[in-house]
Amino acid sequence: MPFGLLKYGLNSEYPAQHHFSPATELKKHYDVVIIGAGGHGTGIAYHLAKYHGITNVAVLEKSYLGSGNTARNTAVIRSNYLTEEGVTFYRESVKLWQDLSNEFNYNVMMENRGQLTLAHSDAAIRSFRWRAEVNQHMGVRSELIDRQQIAEMVPNLNMSEDSRFPIMAGLWHADGATARHDAVAWGYAKGACERGVELHQLTEVEDIEVTGGRVTAVKTNRGRIECGCVVQAVAGASSVVAKMAGIPLPIHSYPLQAMVTQPYKPILTPHVSSPHLHVYTHQTSRGEFVIGGGSDPYPLYNTRATLDQRESLTAAALELFPFLAQARMLRQWAGTTDMTPDYSPIMGLSPVENYYLDAGWGTWGFKATPICGKTMAELVATKKVPEIIKPFELERFYKFEQINEAGATAASH
Amino acid sequence: MSHTSRLSPPFGSLIDRQQPIHFRFEKRNYEGFAGDNIASALAANQQWLLSRSFKYHRPRGVLTMAGQDANSMIQLPSDPNALADRVAISDGLEVMGQNYSGSLNRDSGALLGLFSRFLPVGFYYKAFFKPRGIWEKWAPLIRKKAGLGVINQDYQSEYYDKQYQFYDVAVIGAGPAGLSAALQAAKTGAEVLLVDENASLGGSLNYSRLDAEGIAARELRQQLVAEVEASANITAMTSATCNGWFADNWLPIICGKRLYKVRAKQTILCVGSLEQQAVFHNNDLPGVIMSSAAQRLMHLYGVRPGKTAVVVTGNNEGYATALDLLDAGVQVKAIVDLRQQPEYNEIAQYALSKGLEVKTGYAVYAANKDRSGLHLGSVEVREIISQGVCAASGETIACDTLCMSVGYTPTYQLICQGGGQLSYDDDSSMFTLTNCPDNCQIAGSVNSHWQLGDVIADAQRAAIIATNELGLSTQALPDAITLSQHQGPNFGWPIFAHPKGKEFVDFDEDLQIADIINATRDGYEHVQLVKRYSTCGMGPSQGRHSALATARLVAAATNKTVAQTGVTTARPPFSAEHLAHSAGRSFYPAQRSNMHYRHLEAGAQMLQAGAWYRPAYYGTTNQRESSINNEVKNVRNNVGLVDVSTLGGLEVRGPDAAEFLNRFYTFAFLKQPVGKARYALLTNEAGVVIDDGVACRFSEQHYYVTATTGGVGNVYQSMLKWNAQWRLDVDIANVTSAYSAVNIAGPNARKVLAKLCSDIDLGSEAFPYMGVREGTVAGIAARVIRVGFVGELGYEVHIPQHCGEALWDALIDAGAEFSIKPFGIEAQRILRLEKGHIIIGQDTDAMSNPTEVNMAWAIAKKKPFFVGGRSIQELNKAPLKRCQVGFVVNDLNAPIPLESHLVLDGDRMTGRVTSCNYSPTLNKPLGLAFVEPDQAEAGSHFKIKSSGGVMVDAMVVELPFYDPETQRQEL
Repeated sequence: MPFGLLKYGLNSEYPAQHHFSPATELKKHYDVVIIGAGGHGTGIAYHLAKYHGITNVAVLEKSYLGSGNTARNTAVIRSNYLTEEGVTFYRESVKLWQDLSNEFNYNVMMENRGQLTLAHSDAAIRSFRWRAEVNQHMGVRSELIDRQQIAEMVPNLNMSEDSRFPIMAGLWHADGATARHDAVAWGYAKGACERGVELHQLTEVEDIEVTGGRVTAVKTNRGRIECGCVVQAVAGASSVVAKMAGIPLPIHSYPLQAMVTQPYKPILTPHVSSPHLHVYTHQTSRGEFVIGGGSDPYPLYNTRATLDQRESLTAAALELFPFLAQARMLRQWAGTTDMTPDYSPIMGLSPVENYYLDAGWGTWGFKATPICGKTMAELVATKKVPEIIKPFELERFYKFEQINEAGATAASH
Repeated sequence: MSHTSRLSPPFGSLIDRQQPIHFRFEKRNYEGFAGDNIASALAANQQWLLSRSFKYHRPRGVLTMAGQDANSMIQLPSDPNALADRVAISDGLEVMGQNYSGSLNRDSGALLGLFSRFLPVGFYYKAFFKPRGIWEKWAPLIRKKAGLGVINQDYQSEYYDKQYQFYDVAVIGAGPAGLSAALQAAKTGAEVLLVDENASLGGSLNYSRLDAEGIAARELRQQLVAEVEASANITAMTSATCNGWFADNWLPIICGKRLYKVRAKQTILCVGSLEQQAVFHNNDLPGVIMSSAAQRLMHLYGVRPGKTAVVVTGNNEGYATALDLLDAGVQVKAIVDLRQQPEYNEIAQYALSKGLEVKTGYAVYAANKDRSGLHLGSVEVREIISQGVCAASGETIACDTLCMSVGYTPTYQLICQGGGQLSYDDDSSMFTLTNCPDNCQIAGSVNSHWQLGDVIADAQRAAIIATNELGLSTQALPDAITLSQHQGPNFGWPIFAHPKGKEFVDFDEDLQIADIINATRDGYEHVQLVKRYSTCGMGPSQGRHSALATARLVAAATNKTVAQTGVTTARPPFSAEHLAHSAGRSFYPAQRSNMHYRHLEAGAQMLQAGAWYRPAYYGTTNQRESSINNEVKNVRNNVGLVDVSTLGGLEVRGPDAAEFLNRFYTFAFLKQPVGKARYALLTNEAGVVIDDGVACRFSEQHYYVTATTGGVGNVYQSMLKWNAQWRLDVDIANVTSAYSAVNIAGPNARKVLAKLCSDIDLGSEAFPYMGVREGTVAGIAARVIRVGFVGELGYEVHIPQHCGEALWDALIDAGAEFSIKPFGIEAQRILRLEKGHIIIGQDTDAMSNPTEVNMAWAIAKKKPFFVGGRSIQELNKAPLKRCQVGFVVNDLNAPIPLESHLVLDGDRMTGRVTSCNYSPTLNKPLGLAFVEPDQAEAGSHFKIKSSGGVMVDAMVVELPFYDPETQRQEL
């Protein structure tokens, strides 16, 4: 029993500590307004307050803290991307993840369980080898493994040669991990609020005032706020919010569905993904199997679940683990993924001088949370774009300098 | 064992006393009857303890008898977390409890409950991570504790399937409302589906008491069910769960091992209500059950819930339960009525006349264990001082059963999935529902009606709305039923905190009152945050028995109304369902060419390309290399035959066919002569190469365009998408599967073909390279295309799909004298590599523009537009970042680089190998690689990081490697 819990048992009165700033009136002016209180928005606020001494900050959230894709993602952390820019960025993020609980004094329950991506064709083997070679060269633990190694690593995986798409090889990423997704936003928000940042939930931005190429104020359902600058961190609504500031983004938004089973005794340690079957799964620390796959086939701003997706996801999951037939699906949900043409985010400066973008997070936003908090805060504080996020500027789409991660993204998350 | 608890008929309507069934629980033998489920059969044998809870391993047993709670989850051999009150017993069934260490009766895991005060809400966020690195030690320990049942990893797949059905009206729930709605709708001639998750139609009419004598419900049931059974246009399904509501009444209904996918024009949800527990100390002890559970036990299964009972109630239904208990010979020690001033109905009056002890304005403050520690032994009853607060002391009443009748929630899940809104009515302390979709009605208790007459009228009204909407009736719509003036069944605050806690709000997750309140005090005030922080409602029953109490507690703790507080989102499925149901039969179609079995006969090793199977090479796996090399040599020296049926085929016909291709592909097609083929390179809007093929012009208005095996689906889709914008006068069809095709290639190709083809002049001038002809080959109507992918004289012959085998046989026979041999994909890959031809997708990636891959020649310079054209123009303004080169490895001892090995310049990644093979023609490894432009000069060298990190020297050479003058394919 950790000592930290003793006070709860020994006190007759619950030693409550309000983790977040209780809802107060909005001030007239903030130096920084952050739109969106997910992991990214609260992470930026946290870093501004802790490392840059900027605390006149409001984080505005249209619903509740962490209610967007922070709540809906399937908590996959990895850095086995394909491009040099991508690997550098996500590698740094994974490093920050490792230390996150102690960084903000809140247990995010990061577990390094590893990620296994399966190849069912020689084309996939080629693409995995490419990733493995790039990753290894850049110090990311990633290797191509054969059938026997896969069978030893995940003994209950269906390795039958008679299955419709036999498993031929795998990409093993020892740095792959998972964490308690909600806790990331909570930990950051708590740390930010302790340092004076204001978190305003149920506060929806309805318009953004831009004069002379600068943001001057944001209008919310609770009133108008003047601001020194604005950061948007609204995965799932990036283009909608950017449009309020007059900024077109090259984003199409698609629902992405996932599901979870009831809890069972642990039988699967790593995260297992099959891009070919469009499915991935891992067993949470509660014992539930989380199952996800590809985005819906058409763009939509609606987080409904569909029967089609349930059918295809479960069928694919059973191809990998036939015994999951007896597991019971508990819940099926969806988030909205802002897909960019090159499967990389859009970060940094925008055409509006003091309006910063943290957008285009498709299916890769959760794993990037800590590095986004750090780098976007640095950008806001210093007005200088940190090297590591420079490649992800919006300008790249005008300069034909995309950072294409399509090959490392499909159904792998 | 004897059935001491079994009651005589009419109790036990579902069981057949003549059919005993023997099963085992925890390795002991038990007997039940046909019609029993596991829980009822065990209860009949006085076995109330079924399993252990998630966190504190508390003993748990029957709660609802309706398959709605996690307390009765048990382990079957290949079905963990099965619901004991849902699964029928069968002879030889092996049932075990779940989630215990040691034995079900003595579970060492329960010790954790002693430390619960040290495990506050969200405790895992607050500890276990200091000092740095310690979490890695804790995580596996905590993980081991997690989970409930055990999955059988040796599970043998069983047959599950699906069926589509279509109805005018689907009625979900076959209680008094559902039966009445179905009958009303059926009168208009509507095809009606009536679905109920229970084994018997009638819902609460099977077990509840609607009159003092206790006969009216059963009589009404009999009458309604008889009418339903006599209605030819009502299909009734029992033991069938409508497990979701998707847009436009798309209903997944699970029955047995089948998923029925039902499209209903109108849906009427008569899904009733779920009885809720009172929240007090030890309210989870086996023996503490819902009133409706006691009634179900008695009336459906003939099981006496206990010997001595107390009823805690906040309504008159508790009195009906007390009467039922009396009828069943149970001694009712007291009725504890939470209400200060009850308004008794006729049934309650009748119960009072029986001389029962009634304690008005009292609560059950705590439940106490019996001597076994595993069952209810007594309850402590105290007077209510104010909301949720009891007097300092009270009295203890010994009993083995406590029936709780303190209120309901509407079964809102399906309705909220359909967009329905949940609100809360402070007067009746009930959740109410509004905002259903237009094609979906709700009726009965889920619509807040509790008097039988109201319920039936409401259901009939809903059915009239539905059939009027369908045009099947034009009935005047009766006025909406006003909510009854009678007191509703909900008591506003059946929640009583205890200094020792263990008043469970959420049984699934072992959450107590303090956990919910403390979550709000920690700052997690929004009900969604309460859920996520405390895990309340996350368990197997998804908040069925915690949502109401949580909403009330959170509202009070945050000074909001219950309506403002609300509940968390209801997501499908309604009940947890086996993945087997939605997966159904594994359905991943395989595509085999018409020559598939010829390849197998010839000893081919097959590989998969998308859904297709293709011959990789012919020969045994241990002769892979030599087989492939011989196939290559035979094409170079004699003639080879390869099955290219999987190549995409697209028909583009119409007056604008040429214009269409001119916009779609990079090349120029307007002036393409009939009888000629042109290379067709496809880029996307970003100017990235995404597919290629040849466009064959068979007439002014008819092109036949090939595409890659893997790409044709996207190419076709893309063609349709663009033409939806361009609106050109063309028809586009994907005819891939309509054609079989072979490529016959090698110096002897013409000689072989000439033997089988008399109506096409094959002479090299009459039918030159890149010519296309229509004629017959071996008597089969054929499209013949002169192409040179492998770099030899070659013809692709495309014929109707079903003739593939015949053509194959004819060519093999005719070619015998010229040493024809089939070759596979592996040989083809080498042949084309020797010729320097790229494979899209292998030698290109998501960023490859045509210039990089030496395809600038395939871009028409003068045409006004093509997809990707503008991007390519812009890209070409900037200096090239990388380019593709051919290379050879001269050191024959070096490990042959593999595809995707990196090209390094010092420590810098400057490119990668995209293709590499040993060339049996040139006798050295050669390949294609992306390199930086300054590494691209012929004769220069670069380094490849090969297997095991060995740096291999590669020399750039001009492409193609083989036949640089390109004479052979033009023979």
